[in-house]
Amino acid sequence: MTINIILLIAMTVATLWTVMGRSLLKATLGLAVTSVVISVLMFRLDSPMAAVFELSVCAGLITIIFVSAISLVKPLTHKEAIVVSKDRMKRFRYLPLLVILFGVIAGFFGIPNDFKPIYVALANDVRTVLWSLRQFDMFGQIVIIIAGALGVVVLFREKEKR
Amino acid sequence: MPSLLVLIPLFGIILLNLPFRRLNEKYVFWFAVFLLSVQILFTISHHSLFWQQGMGYIDSFFKVDFAIDSLSFIMLLCIAIVSMVSLSVSRYTIPDPRERFKFINLLMIAAIGMNGIVITKDLFSLYVFLEITALSSVVLIAFQKDMNALEGAFKYLILSSIATIMMLFSIALILLVSPGTSFAVIAAALKESPNSAVIIFAMGIFICGLFIKGGLVPFHGWLPDAYTAAPSAVSILLAGIVTKVCGIYTAIRVIAFVFGFNEVIKSLFMFIGLFSILIGALAALGQKDLKRLLAYSSISQVGYIILGFGTGTALGMAGAVFHIFNHAVFKSLLFVNAAAVEKRIGSSDLDRMGGLSYRMPITGSTSVIGVLSTCGIPPLAGFWSKLVIIIALWQSGHYMYGTIAVLASILTLAYLLLMQRKAFFGKLPKELENLKDLKEVGPEFTLPSIILAMITISVGVFFPFVFDKFVVPIKSIFMQ
Amino acid sequence: MSPDTWHILSVFVAFVAVLFVCGIYSILVTRNLLRTVIGIEILIKGVTLLLIVVGYITNQTGLTQSLVITIIVIEVVVMVIAGGIALSMFRNIDSIDTRNLTKLKG
Repeated sequence: MTINIILLIAMTVATLWTVMGRSLLKATLGLAVTSVVISVLMFRLDSPMAAVFELSVCAGLITIIFVSAISLVKPLTHKEAIVVSKDRMKRFRYLPLLVILFGVIAGFFGIPNDFKPIYVALANDVRTVLWSLRQFDMFGQIVIIIAGALGVVVLFREKEKR
Repeated sequence: MPSLLVLIPLFGIILLNLPFRRLNEKYVFWFAVFLLSVQILFTISHHSLFWQQGMGYIDSFFKVDFAIDSLSFIMLLCIAIVSMVSLSVSRYTIPDPRERFKFINLLMIAAIGMNGIVITKDLFSLYVFLEITALSSVVLIAFQKDMNALEGAFKYLILSSIATIMMLFSIALILLVSPGTSFAVIAAALKESPNSAVIIFAMGIFICGLFIKGGLVPFHGWLPDAYTAAPSAVSILLAGIVTKVCGIYTAIRVIAFVFGFNEVIKSLFMFIGLFSILIGALAALGQKDLKRLLAYSSISQVGYIILGFGTGTALGMAGAVFHIFNHAVFKSLLFVNAAAVEKRIGSSDLDRMGGLSYRMPITGSTSVIGVLSTCGIPPLAGFWSKLVIIIALWQSGHYMYGTIAVLASILTLAYLLLMQRKAFFGKLPKELENLKDLKEVGPEFTLPSIILAMITISVGVFFPFVFDKFVVPIKSIFMQ
Repeated sequence: MSPDTWHILSVFVAFVAVLFVCGIYSILVTRNLLRTVIGIEILIKGVTLLLIVVGYITNQTGLTQSLVITIIVIEVVVMVIAGGIALSMFRNIDSIDTRNLTKLKG
């Protein structure tokens, strides 16, 4: 359990770095580190498949997508960047305080103890669930990937009237 | 075999996107028309083989139950009608055939998503299809990539994602007490642990997410921007069916069948409904842009639906569902006419319009029918659904709500007649007199308008027949 | 509920709540469109972590892992489309600062 708490604190630090990071590239890196820590946590919580998925997709694919998006957008000049980041720091300086406050309050009170979580005796394995019980969701995933492909075709093409 | 409703469009899209592009661009329109008409035909005839669960070889592949009661039938009918109207209008407003090909593909995906929402009986599948619909709607809004549309699309995407994240959070908390995510399992589990603060919190967050999706006050910030900035064919789709399926139908299904009613939920819904009616109507009074006025009017009418649903009686809920159907029909009609006007004049600013019904007679007269139905004037369809809702309010003792709802109809009358007078009656302004092609629009606009107007009139005039065939079955679903 | 499970659940929920606070703060305060998208990412990661914890406590790891996998797939597509919209906006006006988006009034 202590290892979990250490990992959770590392996750919080990585998230704070993501949100308050100075340039977008640092923020993306912070997001990738958060994903890695969450993946390790998932692995410790008996969910290896989800952990692998999170690691490969979130820490890998999304980082690549973000870095490509950022490099397609023109960066600010150095002077503008400093002004913008000072402005950002002013707006974001309350966040660590808020986080620590929230964490202390939540840790102090905890969840109300008035319900009993169930314990499913004969749980199914991930593979069984995914392939034989949740086929409608898999179908939905296929459709959404097609929708994403169509969206990319619509949005990423340059207008021809240039 | 209701799963065919989502399978066949998917295979169609995959087939159409194979390399024989030139050939497919001509056929995709008629393929879509064919699919949607098949959907309309099957939803009107309830007893055909299509709906028998036992016959489904294809259904058994999915191993899940599908919800095929009267509520789903009406929603499928609405989806098919509005999608067909949007398809027809797009033929004229998106002239380039390659663009139209992409548009029709995205429209089919949105239809798959909405059909999936309506026939599923599982809370997580509901989430998946909600996301499909939301994503395809976002891409549709941003279709022509002008600045306003992109901004509206981005706002919609962010708020819709926040709403679905709230729903997921609620599902996670509910999984603490329920061994599965299907409706029946969750309903059984929630009956056993009723008064826990965590479960009530989960239900509350879920309902807030639904309110954001449905565009109810105070979460309606994205709605006027998205409806106004979208291209005309997409506004018809959004206002006619997407917001209602994603937010309102989901609320009805989940609350009536999963969470169950209690006093808090009922009063919350009635309060938010009344609030939406008033704020939508008051905001619509001051609008100068035609599409924005219609957007606020949509917020107001959806308030009526939620008000009727919040009474908790079977009659109120049947009235709410009936009003969903009527609103789909007359709001699409008004938006089709707005699209026609915008195509001819080039702007949707009310101050620059006037006297259009002399030059565009069909648009003008169908618009009058749409306006009268929205205000609830007998014998059109809108009158009957509003009457049912108000009767349900009186029967359950909420006299104040009923009176305010009736008074709000006067507000509705005010802003819609104002719009009608400014746009269609009165004198033609000088700068428009010289527009040579200010004549009636082509059949792609007039045919849907006339058909929708006919539907409104006939549902209103033949109301006893409609009541027996459609409304009473819905009442019986809700009487548990 | 046994004190052990309550302890685990409380600790994880507290940290997930902290993630939510960071994400929501980021969405509300930032003026850069891509950072709004990062905020939504953080919120989704919080929800997936919560789902996994719930699965661990109730021994439904199969179900919750399937849900999380589906959520991750959907999340990727949402990211791509949001990035696409931001990119198209940038191509129109050469900046993704929301101070320049003043046309629509809500």
